[in-house]
Amino acid sequence: MGHIHTAGFCLAIFLGTVTATANAATIEPQDVVIRDAEVEASLTGSPGDPVEGSKWFKSRKLGNCLACHGNRDQIGEPFHGDIGPPLDGVADRYSEGELRAILVNAKSVFGPETIMPGFYRVFDGQRVREEFQGKPVLTATQVEDVIAYLKTLKEE
Amino acid sequence: MMVKRTKIAVLSAAAAGLVMSGYAFALPEGVDTVQVTATAKDHPLDEIYSGWHFRTPETQALQQDDFENPGFLWVEQGAELWETVDGSEQKSCASCHEDAADTMATAGAQMPKWNEALGKPVNLEQQINLCRSERMGAKPWKWESSELLSMTAFVRNQSRGTPVEVQIGGPMTPWFEKGKDLYNTRVGQLDLACVNCHQGYYGQSIRADRLSQGQSNGFPTYRLKWQKIGSLHRRFKGCMDQVRAEPYKVGSDEFLALELYVNWRGQGLPVEAPAVRQ
Ligand code: HEC
Ligand code: HEC
Ligand code: HEC
Repeated sequence: MGHIHTAGFCLAIFLGTVTATANAATIEPQDVVIRDAEVEASLTGSPGDPVEGSKWFKSRKLGNCLACHGNRDQIGEPFHGDIGPPLDGVADRYSEGELRAILVNAKSVFGPETIMPGFYRVFDGQRVREEFQGKPVLTATQVEDVIAYLKTLKEE
Repeated sequence: MMVKRTKIAVLSAAAAGLVMSGYAFALPEGVDTVQVTATAKDHPLDEIYSGWHFRTPETQALQQDDFENPGFLWVEQGAELWETVDGSEQKSCASCHEDAADTMATAGAQMPKWNEALGKPVNLEQQINLCRSERMGAKPWKWESSELLSMTAFVRNQSRGTPVEVQIGGPMTPWFEKGKDLYNTRVGQLDLACVNCHQGYYGQSIRADRLSQGQSNGFPTYRLKWQKIGSLHRRFKGCMDQVRAEPYKVGSDEFLALELYVNWRGQGLPVEAPAVRQ
């Protein structure tokens, strides 16, 4: 009896701490500073999870990076798009800060004409469907997860 | 009214000022081409391709055999409706327009057209409904209703092979400009415009879909995904949904303007309705 109680209590404290840190450190989309095509610091204050990032990469509902990019690491997934360059070895081509800038707002790196969406930006007044208004495509945590995943894509 | 079906549709355009050229791969005998060279001044594309060009050989073949093409179910229903008396005037389409093969041989390729009485352009669906309400004393059909889709498919099919040609001068100009503007304006959470996908990347794949130029000459189109025929405006709506934008309404002035502009971008392509798409 006593054991169960203690465990429950500990878990509660633990959760409380995690949420508190995440809230304090998370940078909102409108506050992200892109300097020289880089965003230096993690959007959440902590590193992402590459396993989660791999999920967002292929998810049709979230990142859907695979819609436009080939990726040998996900060769088991059907239908890789070829709108953008394959992302094999992308970690060798870009620093973490550069990858973050590309993900946050691709236009800031590739120019205003790019087809690649900004994933951590908020657009106003351009017929954004109501359920998506005021929201970026990915959360700060998801962006960091994807970055952590991209960092694993190195040429052997 | 009998619907004439052919095994291999002969798609050929010989419009003045259009240079025809063939495909790089072999087409079945009798099929000419569904690619034309744009010669209009300020046309954003060099070569204009029908969406047919980008589909798999299986889907292409399905479209080209009128006996296999599922879109013909709607064409058949349209043929019946053509001769069906309806409304307070006790008339059918045939009462006034007689043999559709003669009277509708070009109309389907030339919409939207300017309507003086309304002071705006009307597309094929709207013209059909105008004839119903103004000339037959019948209730207009709802957008995407089986009746309106069938009649649109039937009339457009009468114009099959006729090169698309729309008027953009005079009072049509502001509508054309509006359509062009909509085509080039980024919308939705993904912040993309029609031009980004259909001009920049046709021939390339976005996940499982090979991008076409987003041409309109095959509409209404039977989509395997929909398991039915659908209007051009429904397709516009689908594309806006994809980028997480709030779509305009089917039949709205915005989509009408967009239709005019998209048709102009495909000027010279022969009408293919009913096309088959993935
Ligand atoms: C709609 C298509 C599209 C989507 C979706 C997309 N991208 Fe891109 N991406 C591009 C294009 C195109 C480029 C090349 C730059 C350009 O031409 O504008 C690019 C470039 C990149 C680059 C630089 C690659 C290099 O080798 O230079 C990275 C990294 C990248 N994208 C990551 C992502 C990630 C991660 C996602 C998912 C969260 C994603 N992209 C989603 C189209 C897309
Ligand atoms: C994110 C990319 C994207 C955007 C933006 C987009 N579309 Fe599409 N569109 C597609 C895809 C994918 C298809 C299906 C494959 C094909 O035919 O290109 C398609 C199909 C079409 C078709 C059917 C073509 C045929 O032959 O059956 C039309 C017409 C069309 N789009 C028009 C538009 C218009 C107008 C807009 C702007 C309101 C637009 N699209 C915006 C991706 C896009
Ligand atoms: C009472 C006669 C009458 C009936 C019935 C009638 N129409 Fe019409 N229709 C016209 C006239 C007159 C025009 C010329 C344009 C106008 O003034 O609306 C026309 C124009 C059209 C056009 C445009 C032709 C072009 O070359 O631009 C189409 C398409 C059309 N009708 C389809 C139909 C269909 C489909 C039906 C049945 C649902 C129908 N009409 C019933 C009289 C009729």
